Amino acid sequence: MKPPPFDYEAPRTLGETLDALAGGGKVLAGGQSLIPLLNMRLAAPDRLVDVNGVAELDTLEVTAAGVRVGALARHARVERSGEAAAVQPLLRQALRHVAHPVIRNRGTVVGSLVHADPAAELPAVLALLGGTVEAASSGGRRTIEAAGFFTGPLECALAPGELAVSAFFPALPPQTGTAFAEVARRHGDYALVGVAALVALDDDLRVRAARAAYLSVADTPLVLDLTEPATRGQAGRPPGAADWSLAGADAAGRVRPDGDIHAGADYRRHLAGVLTERALAEAARNALPGER
Amino acid sequence: MNGERTHRIAMTVNGTYREAAAPARRLLSDFLRHDLGLTGTHVGCEHGVCGCCTVLLDGEPVRSCLMLAVTADGHEITTVEGLATGGELSPVQRAFQECHGLQCGFCTPGFLCTVTALLRDNPRPTEEEVLEGISGNLCRCTGYQNIVKSVHRAADLIAEAGREPTL
Amino acid sequence: MSTSMFGEPIARREDPRLLTGQGRYLDDLGRDALAVAFVRSPHAHARITGIDVDAALDVDGLVAVYTWEDLPGPVGEPLPLLIPHPALTHGRTGYPLARDIVRYAGEPVVMVVARDRYLAEDAAERIRVEYEVLPPVVGIENAAAAGRLVHDDVPGNVGAHLVQQTRDAAGRDAPAAVEAAPHRLEFRLDIERSAAMPLEGRGVYARWDADDGSLRVYSSTQTSTSVRMAVAARLGLPKTKVEVIAPDVGGGFGVKIVHPWPEEVLVPWAARLLGREVKWTEDRREHFVSAAHERGQVQFVRVGFDDDGRIRGLDVRILHDHGAYTPYGIIVPIITSTQLLGPYKPDAYRVEFTSLYTNTVIVTPYRGAGRPQGVFCMERTMDRIAAHLGLDRADVRAANFIAPGEFPYDQGLTFQDGRPLIYDSGDYPRMLDMIKELVGWDGFERERAAAARRGRRIGIGLGCYVEGTGVGPYEGGHVEVDSGGRVHVSTGLTSQGQGHETVFAQIAAAELGVPIEDVTVTTGDTRRFGYAVGTFASRAAVLSGNAIALACRRLRDKALRIAGEALEADPRDLEITDGTVHVRGDTTACIPLRTVAVLANPLRYAFDDEAQRATQFATGGSPDEPPVAEGQEPGLEGRDYYSPVRSTFAAGMHAAVVETDPDTAEIRILRYAVVHDCGRLINPRIVEGQIHGGVAQGVAGALYERMVYDEAGQLLNASFMDFLMPYATEIPHVATDHLQTPSPLNPLGIKGAGEAGVIPVSAVIAAAVEDAEGIRVDAMPLSPDGLFRLRRRAAADPGLRLPRVRV
Ligand SMILES: Cc1cc2nc3c(=O)[nH]c(=O)nc-3n(C[C@H](O)[C@H](O)[C@H](O)COP(=O)(O)OP(=O)(O)OC[C@H]3O[C@@H](n4cnc5c(N)ncnc54)[C@H](O)[C@@H]3O)c2cc1C
Ligand code: FES
Ligand code: FES
Repeated sequence: MKPPPFDYEAPRTLGETLDALAGGGKVLAGGQSLIPLLNMRLAAPDRLVDVNGVAELDTLEVTAAGVRVGALARHARVERSGEAAAVQPLLRQALRHVAHPVIRNRGTVVGSLVHADPAAELPAVLALLGGTVEAASSGGRRTIEAAGFFTGPLECALAPGELAVSAFFPALPPQTGTAFAEVARRHGDYALVGVAALVALDDDLRVRAARAAYLSVADTPLVLDLTEPATRGQAGRPPGAADWSLAGADAAGRVRPDGDIHAGADYRRHLAGVLTERALAEAARNALPGER
Repeated sequence: MNGERTHRIAMTVNGTYREAAAPARRLLSDFLRHDLGLTGTHVGCEHGVCGCCTVLLDGEPVRSCLMLAVTADGHEITTVEGLATGGELSPVQRAFQECHGLQCGFCTPGFLCTVTALLRDNPRPTEEEVLEGISGNLCRCTGYQNIVKSVHRAADLIAEAGREPTL
Repeated sequence: MSTSMFGEPIARREDPRLLTGQGRYLDDLGRDALAVAFVRSPHAHARITGIDVDAALDVDGLVAVYTWEDLPGPVGEPLPLLIPHPALTHGRTGYPLARDIVRYAGEPVVMVVARDRYLAEDAAERIRVEYEVLPPVVGIENAAAAGRLVHDDVPGNVGAHLVQQTRDAAGRDAPAAVEAAPHRLEFRLDIERSAAMPLEGRGVYARWDADDGSLRVYSSTQTSTSVRMAVAARLGLPKTKVEVIAPDVGGGFGVKIVHPWPEEVLVPWAARLLGREVKWTEDRREHFVSAAHERGQVQFVRVGFDDDGRIRGLDVRILHDHGAYTPYGIIVPIITSTQLLGPYKPDAYRVEFTSLYTNTVIVTPYRGAGRPQGVFCMERTMDRIAAHLGLDRADVRAANFIAPGEFPYDQGLTFQDGRPLIYDSGDYPRMLDMIKELVGWDGFERERAAAARRGRRIGIGLGCYVEGTGVGPYEGGHVEVDSGGRVHVSTGLTSQGQGHETVFAQIAAAELGVPIEDVTVTTGDTRRFGYAVGTFASRAAVLSGNAIALACRRLRDKALRIAGEALEADPRDLEITDGTVHVRGDTTACIPLRTVAVLANPLRYAFDDEAQRATQFATGGSPDEPPVAEGQEPGLEGRDYYSPVRSTFAAGMHAAVVETDPDTAEIRILRYAVVHDCGRLINPRIVEGQIHGGVAQGVAGALYERMVYDEAGQLLNASFMDFLMPYATEIPHVATDHLQTPSPLNPLGIKGAGEAGVIPVSAVIAAAVEDAEGIRVDAMPLSPDGLFRLRRRAAADPGLRLPRVRV
């Protein structure tokens, strides 16, 4: 289990990085997904462009509009950032489920998006929030919407020679809450099913909108609008409460997961329903004033 | 196939400047073990799951099997060999001995590095924080009971040392 | 204080080295050695039609490429069948490198030697092996159906078939006793494959010394003496020219007792051929597909019992999957079928096992070695009986116990060592009381009701076992006191983290009356001790521990005799305290052991001050007698062996409380309790550590780990990402309590402790989940998905629901 040989470049600036990538090659960021593949010789790139020395990519910008995560910001840094959590709590909620603390010390948020593992948490987060990825190449820059970014299992919309420079996670509007729920076989494993949920309340603190994004149920993050089942039968319930089981049942009916050695398709569908119910309920609680 | 291109890789390991030439694909774990002869860092899976290879990179625990040695060029590394000072076991090492936190010892260097950083950042972790903190390290021998105990004991030892007047 | 060393929870002497990165494991040695990688079969069953190595030849740093054709004489012969048995009528072993046919995915085909492992892998990747793929046999039932064969010349895929039985007082065999019993049940149980999975894989490193024609081999093994014999035989070397050393070993749990592994023959052979140091360090993927697995069995049970739940007849048929070859014989199913009985005494018992070939990795003992399956069978049976009769599960067990007054108790079967299965001692009723107390058995219904009120679902389970430990044939010990007073202890068996350096030092310190700081222990080094069997079957403390004690007693006798002469005292009046021999009750008339050591070795030459005292003009002695008296040997040392008549039987009971999530079907162990009896404890802390580790492996086998093969014989989860070895977050707190019923069979009164923790865990967890859910659990391991499916099946089939009515 040793990597195959490759050519290696370690640019120091963004410009150098883009020049290097123009000549072909694979980006090495945190390496927490790429290096296992190299060690198992499941990937054999001719050339690696190691961006770990590009200081200008190591950024985390938090504004009222949202959180912009640079390509070298590690999971741990984003997870620890109180500012980021205040503007968009779902990031921290989801990051706690990404692998183990030691992996999070190295792995990058942007790398996780680009890697586009259908079982990964962050793609679902970006998809649910309608975030964007900023891509750059020697030919120029472009912004890719989450909806168009994830194109298949372990595939994304980046073109050869393109670097994902940053990802943007929009801020959470007022009276909106989020939550993340998943079931994994071991703590820290990729989830059998995971749900990122978002609930928006109206001025009377009644559910106005409910959405959820799913991991491990489809090739790419699946976003479902669950507003209709979530608002159905709210009558007579306290603020922020609803019969979430309706939304759970609706979600379970709409996901089409595959089975694998860890869990069958039926169980995954069932879990999608249970976790939807749990995550929406928690998101709604978090949406109540004073809860964030 | 011609000889592979090598890179001069320099880093500070356990406070000492070290340098060696190695191909870009050399994993940091192999570089430490075979190029620098520091075999205390162990390798149990080479795909990031077991945690045996955990070392401190600029103070933060990382998997040395998931990092190229060239990427660590210019950085500071602490391995298990660097935890004791002046021949004296560190509080974390002492706690593992006192609490029988190791059996075969193969996972131990990874645990020691992880726990050293954990207690630096959180000197009084709760039971749950301890479990979360060591949740990325496998041990096949101890059933973790005494490892968890060791972490709490190490916290005690560090606190005691902190109370002692410095000379 | 030294004599009270025995039984003390003293800190381990191996720790300072291991805590500072100064341990020396296999891959830490031989920094300049050449590295080996293997081309392994990607197919489960195939005929090799061609091997093309050309593309590998231009890899820079390549040193050699070998296929079976290159292996001379004995090196290329099939590996030995280590433990023949009359019932193993069709034993088969593989070649070190595959010859013509491969029988599991992972079997070594080509060996590559290069400057380092990166380059060796580069070369291995470029070698093209052509295969004609043959249909594989995967799964126990497919093997039994025998629609295809793993070995053309093994009909029915049956390697071995063995029946053992006992009759009841009326002379009935078990089938008849079952028929005659007031109640009968019949059911099937399944256990999946798992593996020992030490965190350090296997590894071999060899150095050939051309100057004196000798070979030194380091292997991450549980038996260095046996590896030595095997290597010497294969390489045609006299034993005296081969030394094998087990360095620090990063866990074994059974898999490293198998020998010689193909690599243990090939690496030393290549080292000699090339005249270079050669090393192979197994990586994790190789370990999954080419080291051994264990556990997989299907069991068919028929049981007859009376109104109290007393078993009148027990009739068990076992299908055992032993993989592609049988180098380690049929030890696992033999243990399953005999240890299945546990602490119980059914009136009549019949067990029949069929050990089957499949196109999968070989199956050899993994901690517990067949016992977890046997205990699963027996304990599920107990729970079935209790459910059927509406009795308390603990009461049904108690009704079947062997009573404390019935020891030694002969189960009437033949055990794994070929000796009768006779239990030496124990107190099972007392143990049951202890475990009920420790887990809170009697108050549990209240706890369950309270949990139910909060919408939580909990259940409790119990499991008992008896473990034959310390099997023969023997181990030896050697003890020597040098003229500095240091005590050197050595034994041939190896260590993989069990703390032998500490435990054996405790025994020696206690036996000799010396400070433990003066004692050093060497294990697993044929240079120090050449005769040994190995570390397995919870035998190290029993066998080597007793051998060392006996060796110490010999040394002590000699020391007292010599000291008696020097002090002009009767040796019977002397004792040793703190390393000094003195007259009992009088410490003024004394002589240090180091001086005794000097006197024990009459010298001509003085090489230091101490030695001067033993030179020919310094010692007095009678001029008419030889300096070394008749029947005596120079030096203060003792060597002895311990060879038990038969095994000694440890026992234990575990209980657990689990919670199942009504929605997600996740299973959580809320508490886990262990009561354990391994006779006298040498070091309680080390024993406790062994139990903790065993329980964790048991929990792993119950809820997380399995080997998933597809129909083509591909192992689908050959990584730590998918083979779910638990982290700290998955293992519950374990509460332990000890009972000590000394073994009457050995001088120290001890029983083995190494495997105990793992044995009943699957049975206990199955029982607890069953109790929480009210649904029968017949197969382990159980995942959340498995429980989810079980719930669905039970919803459709009320027969799966437990008949037990709860109060
Ligand atoms: C034991 C273990 C458990 C894990 N568990 C989880 C888990 O539960 N959930 C989870 O989500 N992840 C998990 N991961 C993966 C982890 O989150 C990774 O960090 C992440 O998937 C990839 O980030 P990285 O920075 O390490 O990327 P790398 O490994 O460096 O790269 C991954 C891929 O993305 C490309 N890439 C990276 N950055 C860029 C960029 N800026 N521009 C263009 N291409 C880029 C690389 O070329 C490569 O193809 C786990 C990893 C391990 C080892
Ligand atoms: S060796 Fe690095 S995590 Fe296992
Ligand atoms: S002590 Fe052996 S793996 Fe942890």
